Amino acid sequence: MSLLELDGLTKYFPVMGGFVWKKQIGNVHAVDGVDLVVGSGETLGLVGESGCGKSTLGRIAARLHEPTAGKVLYEGRDISHLSRRELAPIRSEIQMIFQDPYSSLNPRHTVGKIISGPMEINDVHPEGGVEKRVRELLEIVGLNPEHYNRFPHEFSGGQRQRIGVARALALNPKLIIADEPVSALDVSIQAQVVNLLQQLQRDLGIAFLFIAHDLAVVRHFSQRVAVMYLGRIVEIGDRESIYERPRHPYTHALLSAVPEATVETEQRQRIRLAGDVPSPIDPPSGCRFRTRCWKAEDKCAEEVPPLLQISGNREGHLTACHFPEEPTTHGDDVVLDPALA
Amino acid sequence: MTAVTLTERSPGRRGDAFLSVQDLHVSFSTEDGVVKAVNGLSFEVERGTTLGIVGESGSGKSVTNLAILGLHSKEHTEISGEIWYGDTELVGAPGKTLERLRGNRIAMIFQDPLTALSPYHTIGKQISEVYRKHKGASKNESRDRAIEMLQRVGIPNPKVRVDDYPHHFSGGMRQRAMIAMALVCDPDLLIADEPTTALDVTVQAQILDLLKDLQQDFGTSIILITHDLGVVARTAHNVMVMYAGRAVERGTALEVLGTPRHPYAWGLLSSIPRLSSPVDVPLKPVRGTPPSLLNLPSGCPFHPRCDYPQLAGPELCFNDRPELSPETGHGDACYLTLKQKQEIFAKIKENL
Repeated sequence: MSLLELDGLTKYFPVMGGFVWKKQIGNVHAVDGVDLVVGSGETLGLVGESGCGKSTLGRIAARLHEPTAGKVLYEGRDISHLSRRELAPIRSEIQMIFQDPYSSLNPRHTVGKIISGPMEINDVHPEGGVEKRVRELLEIVGLNPEHYNRFPHEFSGGQRQRIGVARALALNPKLIIADEPVSALDVSIQAQVVNLLQQLQRDLGIAFLFIAHDLAVVRHFSQRVAVMYLGRIVEIGDRESIYERPRHPYTHALLSAVPEATVETEQRQRIRLAGDVPSPIDPPSGCRFRTRCWKAEDKCAEEVPPLLQISGNREGHLTACHFPEEPTTHGDDVVLDPALA
Repeated sequence: MTAVTLTERSPGRRGDAFLSVQDLHVSFSTEDGVVKAVNGLSFEVERGTTLGIVGESGSGKSVTNLAILGLHSKEHTEISGEIWYGDTELVGAPGKTLERLRGNRIAMIFQDPLTALSPYHTIGKQISEVYRKHKGASKNESRDRAIEMLQRVGIPNPKVRVDDYPHHFSGGMRQRAMIAMALVCDPDLLIADEPTTALDVTVQAQILDLLKDLQQDFGTSIILITHDLGVVARTAHNVMVMYAGRAVERGTALEVLGTPRHPYAWGLLSSIPRLSSPVDVPLKPVRGTPPSLLNLPSGCPFHPRCDYPQLAGPELCFNDRPELSPETGHGDACYLTLKQKQEIFAKIKENL
């Protein structure tokens, strides 16, 4: 069953210009026509480079932003333009975990107050009192319940992120949107938090929209993975399809760019993309990846490739490309960078 | 993982070293007490090679390299030990000497290219400023040199872009401009402090390849500071793992990443997920949290997080800080015997 459904979701942010009299001179096409489904109890990973719109997408899914066009359906109900008041009951079921454990916790509030905040706002009175529930939550996330009265600065980065997780769990959510939850943490701590989230997912059956740029972490955590590029999804599918048999050139390039902590005895074949991601204010016509793609032809500039199941792909593995790659992870050594050629 | 026999390398590494750090201590006085950021660190860098320094935040990797450049404030920092750059000792060197070296013989690339570049000056001006100062070149010469360097680091259309301001550049291009600025005087040593951490993976790959290519052309030695073991595996010849202000393991990249010997190095390797690792088993993190530098644990600073003090001898681990041994080649600072380390590593190898 689908818990969250995004249908043609689009979000433009206006760009203002002009001196004295401000007027709109353009739009940042942050998210541009995204269809996505998150099933209940499922983890969907969302990967892409910075500026591709993955965080905006997460924020719209939590309805922190209102979409410009398209729909957000939560349990079949359209929540895309609901008012604050109408949203309140749904808000408690969709929670967020943020990237930076330093700026996402109020330094003036005790841990107890931070974690009980969502209960207070939503007027929830758990059995046995709020404090008991907070202590319970602290224990679930692996912190000492005695630390109820401490302030955030007394905790390390990893522990703070656990506090953020406890706060997200306070209202028994059905969906957690985790926006880069481990990228600000040290390597040895990262693994602790990933394990914690995975355990919560298994024990409590919470669905996750897991947004990250680290492909290995996403692979470890998510059953399904969506790859975003400049506001659009270029490829989506189950974990195995995306990592073992990717079809979109961008997915190939991303995977081959990941540095692995193994010294390569022989040169691994790699795709080195040229340049940077184009500006989302004026994205390329047709396929947005074409400016960096080594297979681009005229057709790519004229037609937007639809997100389709290409023959030979598994059910649910969709790719948006006119000239898909062979379904293997080892392509030719493609060098596109003029400085390196 | 490649199997490598654990034989000692022949000594002689010191002979080639042109940067040698001996028993470096750096501490800062703060309101809460003295922070011992670097605590008896020794290492060498050979000419034309890359040394990767890995460690978590607070392990002292950046502090060490700021000490090499003499960038610590004199009032608040206490530095002891020796840093030899060729025949020059840098710790006690006068400001003038360091000034002549900085940007000229020793250059640095910082993590965040946006904050490291001045928003008020054009890219070209910032690159040529260094060249004019150290080489005494004229305005036109240094401008030509800046264009040449931008071309070399792969900025398209450098004759036009040289007059752009940093905000006209994207993140990857800014980092390229930083590299151009660092290499403009053709330095012997380049210190790159997390040069790709702020960048995306595809751009990161570009920058790492660029550094490698430039090293081959110019013969520059590089100290690459990072927390990402993948970055080290891709670029470094030698690797040093730091923990709480000291080296806990050192060797070639193949030795340290292929047959690591220190429990902390095992922990680091086992805690990162890989593109090929099994997905349904939990990751194996290092338990606990990094130590406070105000109040280091006694003995081996890693012992509160280590699984093996019982095996190595608790009295030793809890009371005496182990030295890095052997002195050259693949060394580590741990009381476990080489045989014990080999046995443990053989057991956990599958999970790394």
